[in-house]
Amino acid sequence: MEVFQQLINGLSLGSIYALIALGYTMVYGIIQLINFAHGDVLMVGAYVGWFSMTALHMNMFAALATAMAACAVLGVVIERVAYKPLRNSTRIAALITAIGVSLFLEYVMMYFVGANPKAYPDLTGFMAGSFTIHGVIIKNIQLVIIGISVLLMIILQLIVQRTRVGKAMRAVSQDADAARLMGINVDNTISVTFAIGSALAGAAGVMWGLYYVSINPLMGLMPGLKAFVAAVFGGIGLIPGALLGAYAVGFIETIAKGVGLSTYSDAVVFLVLILILIIKPAGLLGKNTKEKV
Amino acid sequence: MSDTVTTDGDILTLSNVTLNFGGLSAVSNVDMNLAVGELVGLIGPNGAGKTSIFNLLTGVYPPTSGKVTFTRGQKVSNLGGMKPYAICWAGIGRTFQNIRLFRALPVIENVMIALQHNVPYSLATAFLHTLRYGRLEKQIRDESLELLRIMGLEDDANELAQNLPYGKQRRLEIARAMATHPVLLLLDEPAAGMNPAETADLTELIGWLRTNFNLTILLIEHDMSLVMDICERIYVLDHGVLIASGTPSEIQHNPAVIEAYLGEEAADA
Repeated sequence: MEVFQQLINGLSLGSIYALIALGYTMVYGIIQLINFAHGDVLMVGAYVGWFSMTALHMNMFAALATAMAACAVLGVVIERVAYKPLRNSTRIAALITAIGVSLFLEYVMMYFVGANPKAYPDLTGFMAGSFTIHGVIIKNIQLVIIGISVLLMIILQLIVQRTRVGKAMRAVSQDADAARLMGINVDNTISVTFAIGSALAGAAGVMWGLYYVSINPLMGLMPGLKAFVAAVFGGIGLIPGALLGAYAVGFIETIAKGVGLSTYSDAVVFLVLILILIIKPAGLLGKNTKEKV
Repeated sequence: MSDTVTTDGDILTLSNVTLNFGGLSAVSNVDMNLAVGELVGLIGPNGAGKTSIFNLLTGVYPPTSGKVTFTRGQKVSNLGGMKPYAICWAGIGRTFQNIRLFRALPVIENVMIALQHNVPYSLATAFLHTLRYGRLEKQIRDESLELLRIMGLEDDANELAQNLPYGKQRRLEIARAMATHPVLLLLDEPAAGMNPAETADLTELIGWLRTNFNLTILLIEHDMSLVMDICERIYVLDHGVLIASGTPSEIQHNPAVIEAYLGEEAADA
């Protein structure tokens, strides 16, 4: 039964990582930038959600939508202000800028809300419930997290595969210059990619707050890093790779905790990453093709 | 489809156009003009600046000096400051010398993407139009299939672009450029890497496209049989400078051209 308990825990943790990893991988796919500020967008989303629920007394779903909208705008602003001017400079310049944006978001948030953690409001009603099947405890909030995550992933897949902007994203990820000459507004396409990726991070932030309760301005660091690991793990730039990697990281982490390695669970995650990259340098699903996004 | 071309006269004019990269001059003081409906060749030795002219015309680089004017019906655009996608919307389509397909996407999607983006749209409408374009999907797919059929690629619609043989990739580039609904089509070495039979087919196809879609075509080509066969006029570029222009037979007998270009080829042979 212990195995099944870790399975459900891993599934809900992996769902949150997946939402974050999707943003990493989409941005990488389209402009080959590791957006190190992505975890901090999650943090901002968590605070927007917290503010919406405590000060504005919204319900969970309204708070989730508000956080997603706020993060979408934040993502577009970050891209236009910080990354777009560096589009044609070296990759390392953009990477360092991303680290700068990350620190900026962390300490601006700290200036406004203080360094002390805030607590998400207690879950009520259905959310607070749990049930037991053959000794496996399943919290309702875990099911809600998994459900919302899967729903968002399906919506994302529909956007990428079926819509004009989604097709533009795929074209830009293959050859931005050719896409431009085929009538695709590449700047707008990149903005939409940041908006979508950041909205997913915002949703992940709110769910992180609901699940772990405590939030602080530096909270984005570790989930951001692990989602990055997940994206690399699956093959960076590939959406299915990000999903596979995220659930793998979620399971590895919960299993490490389950077998009594709680203190070292993060180390185990990174160790597995190193092993995977030694065996498959392009990640689990990575090939030497250029299919991204 | 190109019913917007209502006036006779020049569709494209380059006056005194120069393009410098640092100290290097890729294109120097070039004057060119294309009349509506013309099929014009642009030839010259490697590194003569032919592709640089295409890049100027499609907004990849703005000219260092000089003026590029594109006239479509009553609408006159100065291409100098325009973004590549806006130039595409204005009615100029192109192919690439080194094939630049969306390699890992299916053949049909290469065409559909170009079809879906051949009209202006803003960031807001990119989201709002999403649903409408969902409904238009079938219409877009049908038109894409028709373009593929014209180019002889209908059986490869679901193949990944990168898996097509070279000659078909070249034809897919043309299909994709046609999907942007151009009135002026720029073909950058469309026959490169093709065998004589494929080149002959392509020559016929280019003529057919021009007639049936009312296109004006400017083409860069090294294959002299193709150029001499279908071009009405030819411009010859060498070291970024226009050294001659005229009908194919005039060009074939122009001493400067023979020295700069044909002579070089004869020496290689």
